[in-house]
Amino acid sequence: MTGNLRGKSAIVGTGHAGFGEAHGLTAYEVMAQSALAALDDAGLKLSDVDGLFCTMMEDSMPGLMAAEYLGIEPRFLDSTMTGGSSFVNYLTSATMALEAGLCDVALIVYGSNQRTASGKLVTASRPPAYEAPYNPRYPISAYAMAAARHMYEYGTTREQLADVAVAARAWARANPEAFERGPLSREDVLAARMVGDPLTVRDCCLVTDGGGAIVMVRAERARDFPKAPVYVLGSAAESSHRQISQMKDFTVTAARKSGARAFAAAGVSPSDIQAVELYDAFTINTILFLEDLGFCAKGEGGAFVEGGRIAPGGVLPVNTNGGGLSCVHPGMYGIFTVIEAARQIRGDAPGIQLNGVDLALAHGNGGVLSSQVTAILGSQNTL
Amino acid sequence: MTDAAGPDKVFRNALANQEILLPRCDDCGAYHFFPRVVCPWCHGTAISWQRASGRGRVHTTTTVRRKPERGGDYNLCMVELEEGVRMMSRVENIAPDDVVIDMEVKAFVGEAEGEPAVLFRPAEE
Ligand SMILES: [Zn+2]
Repeated sequence: MTGNLRGKSAIVGTGHAGFGEAHGLTAYEVMAQSALAALDDAGLKLSDVDGLFCTMMEDSMPGLMAAEYLGIEPRFLDSTMTGGSSFVNYLTSATMALEAGLCDVALIVYGSNQRTASGKLVTASRPPAYEAPYNPRYPISAYAMAAARHMYEYGTTREQLADVAVAARAWARANPEAFERGPLSREDVLAARMVGDPLTVRDCCLVTDGGGAIVMVRAERARDFPKAPVYVLGSAAESSHRQISQMKDFTVTAARKSGARAFAAAGVSPSDIQAVELYDAFTINTILFLEDLGFCAKGEGGAFVEGGRIAPGGVLPVNTNGGGLSCVHPGMYGIFTVIEAARQIRGDAPGIQLNGVDLALAHGNGGVLSSQVTAILGSQNTL
Repeated sequence: MTDAAGPDKVFRNALANQEILLPRCDDCGAYHFFPRVVCPWCHGTAISWQRASGRGRVHTTTTVRRKPERGGDYNLCMVELEEGVRMMSRVENIAPDDVVIDMEVKAFVGEAEGEPAVLFRPAEE
């Protein structure tokens, strides 16, 4: 997003459905319930939607499936699939489509029943030919190898990784929407079942059901809706690879570039951000993204998160809903970074509501650290 | 119609003959992996095949935990070859937990999932 799109679009509705276990529901049913919740939040109807932004885990034509299911015939449809970052990426394409007049009401939506359907990650992806023979376990093996390299180069410790999970849980404990709300200590994380060294099962995101949706309109009409508008001040994407074996530096993600461009577009810097919502598929993600987005220097992410510094009452509020580690992770988490950032700005966060949030960051990750998309959201005060 | 093998097939045919070939770009001189019809560095299309030295170093590694009845734990790693390219593989002839970053390894053609595959063993055995 270049500077001339700053503040041109706004989120006027958010919704979700099927968090945790959506027994008896299909992925498309969870998707549709999420869409209806977001439209209700915005005071709009399905018949108002003329731009649809959707991808799902189980289809190669998910946008068409979703439009058909919802009974709409969108004049603008984007189902670009970059993994979990897709839904942050749609903030850019929705803003462009709205600004160009290609649609008037943009609906971004996702739903999954992966927990109750199979208990495993549902994916339409084919295994990469030059990796599959070695039996990597996707996606954890990729993130485990990134974590191992970070530990080797920078002395990051398993205790610091564990503290990311502990902080996420502390936020989740105050969030009635979160799936995992029991106590979690550093020792619990370290003693949990090892899945792919150095990551235990508590270093890994949840496997839940759930869906989310966002309604966007042009900024000029954003104040005509029931909820306070949340403006897209900057959004930017960067893609570095698809297969983990092609990642050039296992300790540096494309978030360095997506973040720099999103901040430039919004005209703000990391120190201005009051709530940080990162795609924490694994504990190493939070450390990598805090570094790459400029909240701390490369290699200092471990120390940055240590001992509750990103937990409630710490120096920087990170993943204030509990994140993918403790709140919800239905296959792709990206849309929930945007929803939580927007709700913190609106003042109706489901868990701990921070005081006076005007600027929040949502960051999506897709593939195996492959696609990075950063968005800066702001209140009316930031225009 | 042409029956010329593409780079993917050339690589696999060589493996089937117990040979590890690596693609190198004639234009920029750099190796790349996996094999492609275009050099990912300079986008040149003149690519030649070189026999790999087989010498490499573990760039990063993980132990994939698996129940004993399903075969037990195994190593998964990225090896950086002397030629400057990295490939996913595993180090055999050593306990998976003993594979560490920067250890020197030597390639051999073994079998993975029933197909010929590049595997590694510790260089100093
Ligand atoms: Zn070249």
